[in-house]
Parts: sequence; structure tokens; C-alpha cells
Amino acid sequence: MLRITCPYCGPRDELEFRCGGEAHIVRPGPPETVSDEDWGAYLFQRQNPVGAHHERWVHEGGCRQWFHLVRDTRTHEVIAVYKMDEPKPEVPE
Amino acid sequence: MSYRISDWKIIWVLGVGYSGFRLIREALRGHRGWGPAWRSPEPKARYDALIVGGGGHGLATAYYLAKNHGLTNIAVLEKGWIGGGNTGRNTTVIRSNYYYPESAALYDFSLKLYENLAQELNYNVMISQRGMITLAHSRHDLEGAHRWVGAMNANGVETRMLSVAEIKRRIPALDVSPTARYPVWGGFMQKRAGTGRHDAIAWGYARAADRLGVDIIQNCEVTGIDRGPDGAVTGVQTTRGAIATSKIGLAVSGRSTALAEMAGFRLPITTYALQAFVTEPLKPCLDVVVLSLSTGTYLSQSDKGGLVIGGGFDLYPSYAQRGNLPAARRVLAAVADQYPGFGRVRLLRQWAGAVDVVHDSSPILGTSPVEGLYLNCGWGTGGFKAIPVGGTTLAHHMATGRPHAVAAPFSLERFSTGALIDEAAASGIPH
Ligand SMILES: Cc1cc2nc3c(=O)[nH]c(=O)nc-3n(C[C@H](O)[C@H](O)[C@H](O)COP(=O)(O)OP(=O)(O)OC[C@H]3O[C@@H](n4cnc5c(N)ncnc54)[C@H](O)[C@@H]3O)c2cc1C
Ligand SMILES: [Zn+2]
Repeated sequence: MLRITCPYCGPRDELEFRCGGEAHIVRPGPPETVSDEDWGAYLFQRQNPVGAHHERWVHEGGCRQWFHLVRDTRTHEVIAVYKMDEPKPEVPE
Repeated sequence: MSYRISDWKIIWVLGVGYSGFRLIREALRGHRGWGPAWRSPEPKARYDALIVGGGGHGLATAYYLAKNHGLTNIAVLEKGWIGGGNTGRNTTVIRSNYYYPESAALYDFSLKLYENLAQELNYNVMISQRGMITLAHSRHDLEGAHRWVGAMNANGVETRMLSVAEIKRRIPALDVSPTARYPVWGGFMQKRAGTGRHDAIAWGYARAADRLGVDIIQNCEVTGIDRGPDGAVTGVQTTRGAIATSKIGLAVSGRSTALAEMAGFRLPITTYALQAFVTEPLKPCLDVVVLSLSTGTYLSQSDKGGLVIGGGFDLYPSYAQRGNLPAARRVLAAVADQYPGFGRVRLLRQWAGAVDVVHDSSPILGTSPVEGLYLNCGWGTGGFKAIPVGGTTLAHHMATGRPHAVAAPFSLERFSTGALIDEAAASGIPH
């Protein structure tokens, strides 16, 4: 069971949260200039790193706010928590 | 007994192959005559083709490259031990009850190869076509089931709707009462579905490939992919040195993104943990595979008597090869609710594999953006059933330069053309 610190509510069990996948994906545009390849890459390609992963989570069973986590995909250790409008923290590999 | 000396096949079966005769002979000699089932060669400096990943798909690819296409100067590179990835961690359900015609053609091709695999490989892969029942728990599930059965039969995969009475008769442990937590509205059956023996399938392909001259190299992790000035592959770097080749087949399931990165391209894959559970052995009480549509859980009884249980994956990316409790609780609670008697059975083991999940829950087969590098990935939670077809099609593409007909729709290009084969939406739960 993960223990996740919601930036608004504090530490809670994994059960209250849902992972929304990779964070900081930028939508390309304007649409008429985007090739099929770039659009496909935007929709489907993922970094899927072995190690630190920047991802979105929502505190579904609590304040219902979205926020960011950095989590190690090898150990599930939560390395950093930050709000949606905060800059991406630098984390060691 | 008499046999024709000229018949090499009989000599082989009696001498080194596996047979009832050999078993008796070895028993009389104190079982001292069994040799290793495959060699452990040192890697050569160069091969005509390399397969990365010694799971079912990699080993099957090597076998079919040698058998169907005569390519025998080839090697399988496995970073751990063969079958130690998802092939050795899966719940072994084999079926072809998919929705779209492309998927039906692919998975039914695989099932047909499985039906004859023990003879083909001279290895008891323990295919058990005990049938699989998919349960509908609501009017919507039932409407979906009717639609699927229609599609499957139109695709040439025979399935049949079952009444609640038929289901009750076949699965006495299941709670079909009106007050059940998950009431049963009906279901459908694919009779040719069932299970196989995970280790035996990896070992059977390994042994048969080895016999044809393929080098199976374990404890050999690929750490880099070399490319020439024109961009085409020229070899790999491994923990056991550099190996030159002009053709590489990738069959590394959850590690596909990392291998693609070594070659300089990205994939539409996310790696998740998928868990499985086995209970203490029980007397025979379940002679069919059962999948529940609403809860996504499924179970079968192994030959040793344990209930083999699976469900949905843990819902965040993971390479940890171990699942977490919320997903375990979801799966096990659903089983206990549906089979009240099983609620008191104790678990023997729980584990997880790192599965390669794709947006449309269909595999990625064929060429990659890098010349000479071929893909077999994206099987996610359901590629055990596809090992024979995954091997056949990757071997075909690597040997002939053209996609096999049943694999062609599953190319990487579909993510830019938009021609997805969305089994995630169409056939409910994977596996
Ligand atoms: C719990 C669970 C239950 C499942 N249940 C079912 C089921 O009931 N039915 C079904 O059809 N499917 C099921 N699956 C899915 C199925 O197991 C997989 O899709 C299938 O086994 C994939 O086979 P593979 O050969 O592609 O991968 P794997 O068996 O994972 O083999 C890949 C190999 O590549 C090796 N490798 C990785 N990186 C490198 C490297 N850099 N160098 C060298 N080697 C490397 C790994 O060590 C591994 O041995 C399940 C999976 C899990 C985890
Ligand atoms: Zn909160």
C-alpha cells in the first residue's frame, strides 16, 4: 500500500487516489500544422521510464484535486509531491 | 520390438526424444540417461539474426526461424533465465474469443498451433482445452455477451451463449442465487479455450530450437544497440560482450521501451504490474476457466489442485514485479463474493509481472523505425495465448522482409494512421 501526501490534505492511503499517467505532456499545435506522426506521438507515446516518473494523481476519495508526483517505478517510492502549477522538480536518476 | 534402422525419426524418439518408451528405458537405468534439454553455448562474435528476450515469444521466434525459414546461425539473448519473465508468471489462459476480425484471425491461428504443439515440439506442454465461461452480471453485460458471441461466430471462432441453469451445472461453486453480490444473468462459452503449462511452453520451444542449432544464451543482458552510418542495426552490446548482426527481433515485453530507447525511438507502451494468486490445493472443484465481466477477475484450477486467480493490473506504472494490496484486495474480494466457499481457502503464493500495455490492448508486430530491428511487444496482460503466433509472425517478417498476413494489421504505424484495433473497449477484460 502506498502512502501519498496530498499537497492539500496531507498523508493518506493509496486507496483514496487514482493515477492519471505521465505528467507534463504538451499538446502540439495549432492543429492544422501538426503531422499525423506528431499527433500520434502526442496521444500514444510515453516515456515509461525505469526509475523516476513524473505523473499526475487525483485525490479522488478526498479533496478531488489533481497534483503531481515523482515516483520511482522500480521501488514505488514517492520522491516528490508538487502542485499542478509548480515547476517540475529536478530529481536524481 | 523391431523398427526400421533407416527411420531417423524413430531412432531420435527412442534415443534422445521424449516418449513412453524412453521413460521406461530410463526408469530401468535409474534415470541416469537424461541429458540437459538445451546447450549453454558461449556467444559467437556474429550471428545472422539475434532475438532479444528469452520468454515464450523470443524462443518461439527462434524455433520458427530455424524450422520454417532454415535460419540456424541465430541466438536468443536472455538477461536472466529463459521463461523467467511474464511467460513464467502468467495464469496460462489460452483462448481466441476476441471481438475484431483481425484479433480473431491472430489468436485463433495461435490456438490452432497450440492444439498440436506437444507433437510439434516432442514436449508435453499440457494444453488442456477445458473450455472458458465468461459470466454476465447485469442486463448490460448480457447484451454485450450476445454481441460478442455474434461477432466471434461471424469471425469463425465458435462460442455459444449459456443459460444460468447451464452455468450452475458446470460451476457448482459459483453463487448464482438472486441475492448474490454479483448476480449471474447468463454467459458464454468457448469450448476450445483452456490452459497450458507456462514453463513447459518456454522449455519445449527452447529445446526444439536448440536441436535445430539455435544458441540460447542466458545471463546475457543487452545493454546497447549498435547502428551503422546508414542507421541500420549492426549488432548489440551485452554483459557478455559485443555481438554483430544485421537483424534483431525484440521480444522483451515490459522492457520494450528501454530497448527502443537504446535504438533511438519511442513506443506507445506503459509498463504496469499484473498480479496473480494461487491457493492451497483443493480436490477437483472447477473444471473450466471462468471470467467475470463486471469484476474482471478470472480463475481456473491447476493440475495440482490450486485455484489460479487473476484480475486487472495495478493502476500505476511499475517495473517492480510485485503488486500492491489494493489491487489484490479488489481481485480476491470479488472471488470471495462470487464463490462463497472459496472465501475460506488460504493463498499459497502471490506475485506479479511487468506487462507492456498499449492503448488499444493489441500487440505491436513488425518493423520499427530502425532498419533491421523488428518488434514483438504490447501483448500486455494477454500474450501467453499468442506465443505460437507471435513467434511465427516475427520469424516470418525477419526472414522474408514482409509481414505475415495475420500480423500485418498490428503494425506500429496504426498509432499515426489511427487504425487502432481496440480490444480494450471491445472485448472487455484482457488476458
Ligand atoms: C500475472 C500475469 C498473468 C497473465 N495471465 C495471462 C493469461 O492467463 N493468458 C495470457 O495469454 N497471457 C497472460 N499474461 C501475459 C503473458 O504472460 C505475456 O503477454 C507473455 O508471457 C509475454 O511473453 P514474452 O515472451 O513477450 O515476454 P516475457 O516472458 O516477459 O519475456 C521477455 C524476456 O526478455 C528478457 N529481457 C528483458 N530485457 C532484456 C535485455 N535488455 N536483454 C536480454 N533480455 C532481456 C526478460 O528477462 C524476459 O525473460 C499474464 C501476465 C502476467 C504478469
Ligand atoms: Zn487531498
